[in-house]
Amino acid sequence: MSINATLLIQIIAFVLLIWFVNKVLWGPLSKLMEERQKKIADGLSAAEKGKHELELAEQKAKEVLKEAKAQAQNVLSQAEKRGSEIVEDAKVKATEEADRIKASAQAEIEQEVSRAREELRKEVAVLAISGAEKILSKEVNAAAHNDMLEALVKQI
Amino acid sequence: MGTVEYIQHHLTNNTIGEGFWTFNMDTIVVSFLLGALIVFMAARLGKKLETGTPGGFQNFVESILDFVATNVRDAFPGHNPLIAPIALTIFLWVWIMNFMDLIPVDLLPYLYQLITGDSHAYLKVVPTTDLNTTLAMSFTVFALILFYNIKIKGVVGFIKMFLFHPFGKFFVPVNVVMTLIEEIAKPLSLALRLFGNMFAGELVFLLIALIGGTLAVGAAALFWAPLQVLLDLGWLIFHLLVITLQAFIFMVLTIVYLGMAHDEGH
Repeated sequence: MSINATLLIQIIAFVLLIWFVNKVLWGPLSKLMEERQKKIADGLSAAEKGKHELELAEQKAKEVLKEAKAQAQNVLSQAEKRGSEIVEDAKVKATEEADRIKASAQAEIEQEVSRAREELRKEVAVLAISGAEKILSKEVNAAAHNDMLEALVKQI
Repeated sequence: MGTVEYIQHHLTNNTIGEGFWTFNMDTIVVSFLLGALIVFMAARLGKKLETGTPGGFQNFVESILDFVATNVRDAFPGHNPLIAPIALTIFLWVWIMNFMDLIPVDLLPYLYQLITGDSHAYLKVVPTTDLNTTLAMSFTVFALILFYNIKIKGVVGFIKMFLFHPFGKFFVPVNVVMTLIEEIAKPLSLALRLFGNMFAGELVFLLIALIGGTLAVGAAALFWAPLQVLLDLGWLIFHLLVITLQAFIFMVLTIVYLGMAHDEGH
């Protein structure tokens, strides 16, 4: 139990073991643990960054959606406006067309009327002449009285 | 064989040589084997280290490393990459040498006696119950303390520490004596604390073992044998705490002492 040369051997053993433990156990394992810690920290920060980016993207998507909605609304209202414009336009055109047709029909009618009147006048003139002939029993010279007859026709 | 002889037999080293040049072969062989076991396990683990998902054993070793690293961070000011491996070595080696205490006291000596064929062959299996082991470690630590004291404070600073600490410049002789005692007490207390605890623990195991050996004769064995088992189990569980605590104390004090050696303002 006394102190002897074992002490020297044990000192050597201890120093050797420190060297070995440092080389084989502490060195590689602490390096690995440090790397892992760094990796975890990196991963966490990356996750944080991803979350932030997601938030940004969501916000952007919301904005885009809002804009699209507004645009759609705009297009819709414009289309409505345009539609009503077209309808109004068509209405105006139709009225014009109707007016035009009405006017031309009226003109035609008037023309017809005046032509009928002319015809009538001529027939009345003939009738009047033939009546007068019968009354007078005397042939009236058509050529001689043409001027008179013309004036008569105009009077009717 | 009497009680005293039994205990003395168990506490005698298997030696080679004479006088100072005596080698306690059991201490040397067992401590070398245990040290080799640590290195072997470390090397085996080192081959299949995993960064991502470490397995059970790696997790276990990592938690020990983490524990040691935390202690170094807490107790050691500044930075020295050598402190943590020293602390780890002390913790592992002391713990595993102390653990030899938990192997039944008669098992290994008995096996050894069987193998050698010499029924009186000595074998003291716990290296930390040999002062040579504990002193070897504490002297190494002491050498490191001296080395870092001189390295950090310089020779002049180191001498100043002896002359003017702790009572100032008017008590130089007292200071020298005080500081000398303080410094020498460090390695001695380290070594003697561990040695004393382990020696006493071993002794208690031997005494418990004696219950069965001497008292359990005939019908009395029915009473004494269970008592021995019970006491042995109790002391074993308690001692499991003690060996861990002693390894921890040796490690922490080493860190603290080396930290003090690094402290410039001392």
